[in-house]
Amino acid sequence: MPEQTPATVPSAPAPRTRPRAWVTWVLAAVVVVVFAASMVIARLNSPDTEFGGSDSAAVETLEADGVEPWFRPLFEPGSAEVESGLFALQAAIGAGIIGYALGALGARRRASGQTEPGQRNDELPER
Amino acid sequence: MHIAEGFLPAAHCAVWYAASTPFVVHGARAAIRQVREHPENRLLLAAAGAFTFVLSALKMPSVTGSSSHPTGTGVGAVLFRPPVMAFLGTIVLLFQALLLAHGGITTLGANVFSMAIAGPWAGYGVYLLLRRIGSLDVAVFGAAFVADLVTYVVTSFQLAAAYPTPTFGAAVTKFMAVFAVTQVPLAIIEGLVSVILVRVLSSLATDELTGLGILTRPTAEEPTHA
Repeated sequence: MPEQTPATVPSAPAPRTRPRAWVTWVLAAVVVVVFAASMVIARLNSPDTEFGGSDSAAVETLEADGVEPWFRPLFEPGSAEVESGLFALQAAIGAGIIGYALGALGARRRASGQTEPGQRNDELPER
Repeated sequence: MHIAEGFLPAAHCAVWYAASTPFVVHGARAAIRQVREHPENRLLLAAAGAFTFVLSALKMPSVTGSSSHPTGTGVGAVLFRPPVMAFLGTIVLLFQALLLAHGGITTLGANVFSMAIAGPWAGYGVYLLLRRIGSLDVAVFGAAFVADLVTYVVTSFQLAAAYPTPTFGAAVTKFMAVFAVTQVPLAIIEGLVSVILVRVLSSLATDELTGLGILTRPTAEEPTHA
């Protein structure tokens, strides 16, 4: 498959417009609302719910059916605390890379300092 | 969507490994080619991979009273096509299987198939469809939402195929009850976060996204201010 086909979507391409910052903030707010609403709805339905993982729930379903694992993980974190720390590490590594990439892309853009005709270059707030 | 280590019969493990391997090998070659031919896209590629890394580590509460995590594969599938995502997703799943005891080596083939292959392809298909009728934001939301949800639906089918008790259909329903409903609010959140990321990238990496065919070049007729 060709990796670079700028005309992948030939019909009705939306004109390139600068994303409006306030829309982005509204989207971020909606994320928080959905997150909070999920939690509240779950609590209303069942006040003592513990939000166990769905992956673990699948394992419990299988074990209830008498399924035995035939292979054990080579390494196990040992405790929930250590496991959550490793998950935090995973998120931290990912967030670090995203932060670096976004920063470097912004720096590259500023360094090029060129605007294409008809394109505004004021996306980045001055810092 | 992580089927735990040792919980799939060996024959199923082998079948899913066989099904996934060609996609991952092809994806690895696509990723290498992308980096060689378009070194300017390396930062974007890293961001797409890292996005999956972050989102698949975040367990969020859901309306069903259990928690689950998004997959983060939709954005990468849209930016770099699904084959590249098959490769990036496999790296994430391997990391989780080896270091977090989440998922497993025996079930890696099945987990790769659901999260790194089926999800990204479904999301990419939805992106192509929605891009014809809607804005980039809508298309990215649809892609991320569907990639997330389809991953968990495929997991349900994989488990039902392995343990069709009492019947395959009943088993699908049983596992969908565990996975699919829980996943809906998470898929909405993933869709929104993906749109935010692409909006930020449209500002910071306009030229790169134009090169990838995500953004179109402005023409004289179209005013560029919204």
